[in-house]
Amino acid sequence: MTKLEAVIQPGKLDAVKEALLAIGIDGLTVLEARGHGRQKGHTEFYRGREYSVDLLPKTKLEIVLRDEAVDGAVKAILGASQTGKIGDGKIFLSRIDEAIRIRNEERGNEAL
Amino acid sequence: MNILPGNPPLYRRARWCCVLLLLFFGLAASAQTVSPQQLADLQKQVAEARGNADNAWMLVSSALVLMMTGPGLALFYGGLVRKKNVLSTMMQSFAMMAVVTILWGLVGFSLAFGPGNSFIGNFQHLFLHGVGAAPDPDYAATIPLQTFMIYQLMFAIITPALISGAFAERMKFSGMLLFLVLWSLVIYTPMAHMVWGKGGLLNASLGGRFPCLDFAGGTVVHITSGVSALVCALYLGKRKDFPAEQFRPHSVVLSFVGACMLWVGWFGFNAGSALSAGSLATSAFVATHFAAAAAALSWMAAEWMLKGYPSALGGISGAVAGLVAITPAAGFVGPMSALVIGLVAGVFCYVMVAKVKERFGYDDSLDAFGVHGAGGTLGAILTGVFASHYVNPIFKDAQGNVTGSGLLDGNPHQLLNQATGVVIAWVLAAVGTVALLKIVDLTVGLRVTEEQETKGLDLTQHGEEGYSLE
Repeated sequence: MTKLEAVIQPGKLDAVKEALLAIGIDGLTVLEARGHGRQKGHTEFYRGREYSVDLLPKTKLEIVLRDEAVDGAVKAILGASQTGKIGDGKIFLSRIDEAIRIRNEERGNEAL
Repeated sequence: MNILPGNPPLYRRARWCCVLLLLFFGLAASAQTVSPQQLADLQKQVAEARGNADNAWMLVSSALVLMMTGPGLALFYGGLVRKKNVLSTMMQSFAMMAVVTILWGLVGFSLAFGPGNSFIGNFQHLFLHGVGAAPDPDYAATIPLQTFMIYQLMFAIITPALISGAFAERMKFSGMLLFLVLWSLVIYTPMAHMVWGKGGLLNASLGGRFPCLDFAGGTVVHITSGVSALVCALYLGKRKDFPAEQFRPHSVVLSFVGACMLWVGWFGFNAGSALSAGSLATSAFVATHFAAAAAALSWMAAEWMLKGYPSALGGISGAVAGLVAITPAAGFVGPMSALVIGLVAGVFCYVMVAKVKERFGYDDSLDAFGVHGAGGTLGAILTGVFASHYVNPIFKDAQGNVTGSGLLDGNPHQLLNQATGVVIAWVLAAVGTVALLKIVDLTVGLRVTEEQETKGLDLTQHGEEGYSLE
């Protein structure tokens, strides 16, 4: 099993969700996050005072997948969220040792 | 509906004509012989109707002015602070609705409007003694003195609440309460008495020594609160870690709603200050609206040119600045003068807030001085320029002829009277506030601890949070 974490632009969430659903991935966890990578922040003005805001709103997805589904999921996310500009976000993959469904205690791939 | 078959015979029509003629002459005769008693009754009824109309408007105005404090000002200020201080900021306004009300009933109204000396009232109306259905013709001849009292109370509530913008996010609730209670008594009541009270030094309509035109509180409300706000900001010092990214307003949306409520409530504030429902109220209403609109535009335009964006916060701040500046002038100037006052006020207050504050580095957190102190001073002076006897014939010479009101109305001397009012308001507010802050500082204390400031005043002063997730 593999955990896929993707930090994407908040505006791309719907497109990514639809792309994942289209290849049969129907479970995911979404977090509202703030952060920045190489992307610089922006400047806001309130009554003339400048505030440089470097932590920007982002959306983070967490999905745990069967290993054979990972490539398809990565492709779907790239396809739906890539604009080629700085700030598009990142995808991280990591191994998962075990998954347990709380309702009936199924384990491993069965629990996904 | 004609149920008769054909026309009635001629004699019957003639008979009806006679009856009508008799009736007509009978009525005319009785009108000529109306008794003095009947006439007096009629006059009394007309006066009563007029009084009821005025009273209705004044009660609505009173409610509108209360709405300016809560929720208007509470929302306006609440949105501008950080999330962790939203309730404490709103409570600073709300607390005045409760505390000043009680104070006003016990002693405040008497000190402000009792017939005392040139500087302060007396104890004649202590515990609202003698404040009932009978009007006081010196203040408002057509409404109960009790209506006048409750209307003036709403002004006494919002004025100290305005100051809270300067010490937001760092003042102890207990210290704030004590300070603003003392402030109401030591600074607000004498200033209100001097400008509006019987025998007041600056009273323009009841023969004060320096007749200062202040229709709805440019000096009494905005200069006193604004200047005191500056003193508070200097005395308390900056907020911890200020300035940094986190000091952005947490919800311009709340501020937006609050500011629009202030705009609406201000009609009660300014048009209500006519103390009647006649054409003077209309004139003040119109002037108020034009100034607010012009100032909203001019602040936004200044921001657009200098920063590249016409911001929402800029628009609403400009509107409030225009409303502040037109307050002393509302019942003395026409709509086009109001427009000019608004245009100037929007740019002037923007410069005070964005440039002057930055230059001197004081942390007037929500710009109580930059908007109310600066806008109030500007408005008081411009009132002396634009006041017109066509709008409100306030000054008369010894023979009873109406004379000019302001500079452009052929009365340049009025500028001096306006300046006198401004200087007295500035000095009273500045000196009084320093003294009161010192007293509170030495007794209950002014500032929260650093740790409390980090945690937020909502949690540490009130034991609750404005927003909790589920």
